[in-house]
Order: sequence, then structure tokens, then C-alpha cells
Amino acid sequence: MIGIGVAVLLWALVATLALMAAVRSKALFREGAREGARDFVVLIPRVLVGVVGSGYIAAIMPQEFITTWIGPNSGLTGITIATLAGAATPGGAVVGFSIGAAALKGGAGAPQVIAYSTAWSLYALQRLVNWEIWMMAPRVVWLRAAVSVPLPFLAGIGAMLLGKP
Amino acid sequence: MSTHDFMAGRRRVRSFEWSTAVIAAISITAAVAVYLRDGFDKFKSILASDFELFAGMMPKMAAGCLIAAFVIRLLPREVVTRVVGTESGLLGLFVAMVMGAVLPGGPLTIYPVAGAFLVLGADIGTAIAFITAWNLLGYNRALIWEMPFFGPEFVGWRILVALPLPIIAGLLARAAGRLVAARWGDKWT
Repeated sequence: MIGIGVAVLLWALVATLALMAAVRSKALFREGAREGARDFVVLIPRVLVGVVGSGYIAAIMPQEFITTWIGPNSGLTGITIATLAGAATPGGAVVGFSIGAAALKGGAGAPQVIAYSTAWSLYALQRLVNWEIWMMAPRVVWLRAAVSVPLPFLAGIGAMLLGKP
Repeated sequence: MSTHDFMAGRRRVRSFEWSTAVIAAISITAAVAVYLRDGFDKFKSILASDFELFAGMMPKMAAGCLIAAFVIRLLPREVVTRVVGTESGLLGLFVAMVMGAVLPGGPLTIYPVAGAFLVLGADIGTAIAFITAWNLLGYNRALIWEMPFFGPEFVGWRILVALPLPIIAGLLARAAGRLVAARWGDKWT
């Protein structure tokens, strides 16, 4: 139910933005619509591979091992393991999200998965070295990584305290 | 800069194909293993439940792509740079956080904008709050990637616990930035 409400809201936003673009110029509207549609088509197979794949990966992972180390009762130790795993995950978005979803389906706790995806988003080492260091002053990159170290812990602990999701 | 853009662009394409190919290979291996170990029914039920989640999220993904494509045209980077680059204090961190969550695009868009804040005179905390918000609160990534994998409820709670983090990162960066500047000088660009 909530899902449908969110979708309606999003499409209302799409309509508003499309109208704003169209008022500025027809070309702007056409470009936006074309780019959005193309991005969507390109994304479908990538996301589909990850979503369906994570279900099978979860099914063959040793569940006992997962619950012991990063399960719902693994607490701060689990959050630490998940954070380190997030920092060490190489590759693009499909890799990080597939691993996170497979872990969740395979018995990992939600706070631990949140810590994993927060760490992966903020300071996956491969991304820092391959991307950010080329585009920002190195000291900015290292400072950002350093101040981000506690954030996955805060996110995981926040989820633990809320008891959600 | 143009060389970096070019290299980063090439990297993105290459690393992405590599990523998807590896996940596809692992997934196929896992699917075959499930089929051999648990039989066709289990194989089918995993496919059906995951596909259902994915199909349910497709309208939101499509909306996410279109919103991004229009926002990037209606909200030029120059405007974001000017708005954030000239703010300071706690308000500056809030503005940076909102802009980081709203501005779509990949690292090729985000890092140069953050760099431009620093050139315009924003402090290091503002730039870092912006990048942190883009990473953790960006609707673009949440709608297009996270929702199909985790479903809307999980993503909603994840974003809720992440809400204060860009501000915390910004404040920490300001404090740490002062220490760094006192020792090694005040040059961030």
C-alpha cells in the first residue's frame, strides 16, 4: 500500500518536473525524457541480474556462518565485521547491493546490513583510490574517509536502537 | 581535469561491465547449485519472489531515472555551486546536505561540484557534508538501485538512520580540518 503511494508521489513529481522543463523549452523536455528513458532501459538488466542473483547467492551461502557473524544478535561485533566488509568490497553498485541483499536474505541482521551498505557507500577503498583521488585534492579525500569511519557504526547502532527495519 | 574526466569515464564503463559479469557468473553458478541441491521447485520459488520484488519496483526506478534527467537540466551545477559555496555555519551544512540529496548524477558530477565549493570559499565541512549526503541520502541511488534489492521499507529506515550523518561528518570535518590546517596549512583545492 505504502509502495503504491510512494509510486504515485514519484510520478506526480515526474509530471511536475516534466511540465517545468516543457515550459522552459520543448527541447529541454525532449532531452530529459529521452535521457531518463534511456537510463532506465540500460539499468534494467544490470539491476535484474543483481536482484535475482542475490536470491540464489543467499540460498547457497552457509546460513549458520552468516547468522553467527553478522546475524541479528551479532551486535557491535557484527556491525564492525560488516563495516570492514563494506570498505573492502570492490567493483560497482551491482556488487555492493547484491552482496548486501544476499546477506540480508541469508540471515544477516538489518543493522549489520545497513552498516555494510553505509561503509561501502562512503569509503569502499577501491572507489577512493580509483575515482575520488583523481578528482579531489588527496588530503580532502583522506580527511573525508577519516571522518566517515564512525558513520556506519552510528547508522547500525541507530537501526539497532530503533529496532527497525 | 579533462584527462581525469576521460579516465574516470573509461574506468566507470569498464569497471561496471566487469562488476555485472562477475555477479552474473556467480549468480548462475549459485542458481545451478540450488537447482541440483534443492530441485526445480526451490529454484523456481526464488526466481519468482525476486522477480516479483523487481517488477514491483520498476515504476519507481523509471520515475527515479526521469526525475534525475529533469533535475539535472532544471538545476544547473552552477546554481548549486553558488548556493552552497557561499553559505557557512550550520545552515551551510544543511544547505549542502539538501543539495547533495537532490543533485543527481555520478561521481563525475558530484566531485567537481564539491571541488568548486572549496574554490568559492566554502569550508571543508560543507564540501564533505555534500558528498556524504549524496552517498547516503541521494534519491537517485535509493530509487534506482536500493529499492529493487531491499524493498521500500528497508530503504526508508536506512535513510532515516542516515539523516543526521552528513551533518555529523561535516562537523567532524570542520574540527579535523582545523587541526590539519594548523599543522600543514590551509590549502584544500
